[in-house]
Amino acid sequence: MINLLLRYINLMVVTITTLVIISFSLAYMFPGDTLTNISGIVPQSEEQRIALEAAFKLDRSIFVQFWYYVDNLVSGDWGVSFSSQISLLDEISIAFPATLELIIYALLISICIGIPIGFIGGIWHHKPFDFGVVTFSVVSYSFPVFWIALIFITIFCLQLGYLPLSGRVNYLYDIPHNSGFILWDILVADTPNKNDAFADALRHLILPTASIALVTTAIFIRFTRHSIMDEMRKGYIDAAKSRGFTTRQIFFKHGLRNSLLPIIPLMALQISTLMTNAMVVETIFSWPGIGNWLIQAIYQRDYPAIRIGMLVVSVFVVTFTITIEFISRAFDPARDKFERDAV
Amino acid sequence: MNLNNQSSIIKSAILLSFSLILLLGCSKQKTQITQAGITFCSEGSPASFNPQLDTSSTTADASSHQVYDRLLEFNTENGEIEPGLASSWLVSNDSLTYTFQLRKGVSFHDTPYFTPTRNFNADDVVFSIDRWRVNSHPYHDISGGSYPYFQSLGLKSTIKNVARINGYRVEISLYKPDSSFLANLATDFSVILSAEYAMNLLEDGSPSNLDTLPIGTGPYKFVSYRQDQFIRYKRHRDYFLNTTGPENLVFDITPKSSLRVAKLITGECDAVAFPSQNDLEIIREREDLTLLKKPGLNVGFWAFNTSKPPFDNPKVRRALALAIDKTSLLEAVYLGQATRAKSLVPSASWAHQSNMQDIGYNPVIARKLLDEAGIPSDFTMNIWAMPVQRAYNPNAMKMAQLMSTYLAEVGVTVNIVSYDWARFRENLTSGMHDSVLIGWSADNGDPDNFYRPLLTCAAIPSGTNRARWCNPEYDNLIESALKTEDSNERRIFYHRANQIIFRETPLVPIAHAFQYQAVNNQIEGITINPFGGIRFDDVVRKQ
Repeated sequence: MINLLLRYINLMVVTITTLVIISFSLAYMFPGDTLTNISGIVPQSEEQRIALEAAFKLDRSIFVQFWYYVDNLVSGDWGVSFSSQISLLDEISIAFPATLELIIYALLISICIGIPIGFIGGIWHHKPFDFGVVTFSVVSYSFPVFWIALIFITIFCLQLGYLPLSGRVNYLYDIPHNSGFILWDILVADTPNKNDAFADALRHLILPTASIALVTTAIFIRFTRHSIMDEMRKGYIDAAKSRGFTTRQIFFKHGLRNSLLPIIPLMALQISTLMTNAMVVETIFSWPGIGNWLIQAIYQRDYPAIRIGMLVVSVFVVTFTITIEFISRAFDPARDKFERDAV
Repeated sequence: MNLNNQSSIIKSAILLSFSLILLLGCSKQKTQITQAGITFCSEGSPASFNPQLDTSSTTADASSHQVYDRLLEFNTENGEIEPGLASSWLVSNDSLTYTFQLRKGVSFHDTPYFTPTRNFNADDVVFSIDRWRVNSHPYHDISGGSYPYFQSLGLKSTIKNVARINGYRVEISLYKPDSSFLANLATDFSVILSAEYAMNLLEDGSPSNLDTLPIGTGPYKFVSYRQDQFIRYKRHRDYFLNTTGPENLVFDITPKSSLRVAKLITGECDAVAFPSQNDLEIIREREDLTLLKKPGLNVGFWAFNTSKPPFDNPKVRRALALAIDKTSLLEAVYLGQATRAKSLVPSASWAHQSNMQDIGYNPVIARKLLDEAGIPSDFTMNIWAMPVQRAYNPNAMKMAQLMSTYLAEVGVTVNIVSYDWARFRENLTSGMHDSVLIGWSADNGDPDNFYRPLLTCAAIPSGTNRARWCNPEYDNLIESALKTEDSNERRIFYHRANQIIFRETPLVPIAHAFQYQAVNNQIEGITINPFGGIRFDDVVRKQ
């Protein structure tokens, strides 16, 4: 067990160090002044330049510079955005929860819809309902997420006018920034029109969440269906049948649990797909999350922001993935190596 | 529990969630808050909240008429100068001294970051003007120390002194008569700041907050701002005019023009800035939207770099002007949303000359003139096309491409050049271009605002004279026009200046574009302000 833990910690440290080295070297590889790329500040005078160089240790050897870079990262001193001159830590702590919120709701919806449907498909496989399920999942898995988002906008926003097409909540509701999760912030906010604001935020959430959830739901349906079909084919099920148990008894006593266990970590690992899709969808729905923020940074050639933004997103995905892998290995030692999904 | 039971639970859960979505979704929401506020979708983030520091219309829109007032105001209908914070004014007989009587009982904004202890008075006027006028002023170098509007008009060297006579009377004396002086005080840029707030900030050691956390006397208080996202304002309850504006005002910053129009359609915006030419038809077709249109105070032109041979030769410039067909440019680039320009000043201004001669399209004469000037038939020049959309030129790149086909007919090969907007202007100011497609939007109704920044010698270093053309005769006329208050007399000077421009052709005026604004029908009281930024002081939402 400890051996396993050490192996995973080692994996995580090596990966994250590599990412930090890459982001550090980006400051040198991006066009322009290295000092500006690292600090986000364009020095206005020679004195300021010297002071900044001393502060970021640019006058020292590359290894010392890297050491201070890591030190700054850990202490939360990430430099300032080139375009807004606001601390990158502050900007990211506003943008990142918005993306997380989108991902979490999409994940919940996918679980609530994907697992039951995959279930039924798995039990009644090769029946008309199952063909319907398979067709639906293939079709929705094949839709590019940006395209489905645009179709949703065309239908629900522009043609029918039911739903808003941008942002998290109408700007007229002045919701103070608290946790960064809009629904939660509205609930704890001390504003008179809470219910209206909540409903408004929900209306803003529907389309972006649905666009992301569609693909993930399709993946979950296929996971569940596949896993159940596999499980129900196993020898112990036949043995149970020969002892006279009904299908229903076998399924709920053994099949369900055994088929769900292996797919839960697979689902958690969809976080990277969700993250990518969320970042695409954000730009379409002007959702003020990390994806939208990164795109703006790219447009404005805000190199410090691009560098830190990529680091934050990749560290998040890596940490999450490795942790889930570790947990699933720890609780299911029977598996030697991690099974890749079969979608 | 049996399987059927389970699936029926699932079914009902799905049904429930769908009906919830439909319930939430059906019908545009009308709540207290959304009814009491107005959302304006603007096109970009302001550089600061002090229009003295920036000539861009985005900054002026976000601050000038919301947070601040000016001593004088333009009537948005006829361009006449009306009282603002100055209730009356007197001009001395020699036109050198202006005395302003100030309005009493005008309160500054009371916000979480500043509580005023006194009302507006003469100190605020002296502070606001001296900030950009006096180099040794403690606030002169704060936030960059550059005041482009006042610099381009050379107002620093016009004003001799700004003196406080008493608490509500200010006297401004000039070195030389300037008949556009009052108009300059009414522009978006001549805002009145709070001297008390400025002094408090200086004591706290955070003077630059004056330009980012603004305090003014205007109809709206600043609440909060996030770059590229929103600006929030709240109504100033003690505003000195009885206005009917909404309780809350929000600028939803949406740089993509198609997205702005989409938000107008879904009702997320009540009004949008700069709808693009392609979207105008969509807005016209919808019954719930109104498209406002006014002839704009702008001019799009093609300027030659007259400091560079062979463009220093008027014959060459005339020949190139003759080689292009303006009418087809108007149709293809402005899609008919502009009028043909013959001189600098559009018909919305009183100085417009309707009987002005125009340079026609005549490639044969053009080639003849080029031959006379000794231009070979394989001559190559570049046309710089600005990379951004402006009302006066919605698509400079397309215009440059069209022009290159016309110029090819007279044997001139064209290279089209473009950079990003900041570098483009920088390189233009250093004179790297042969010719450029650009334009000008005026800040006030005074014709001096066209003639002086665009073509006088003094405007070459400040970077608004893109032709880099310097003609003493022309400069004299522009100066003389300012020495008289009589607009008939001034008109004569400007018409003579038009003749010089026509003869010398430092630039080819192409079009005066219409100005557009798209508004939801529920909103009343938004008008196009040809003299500057958008105003929301008298805007109401019909219930």
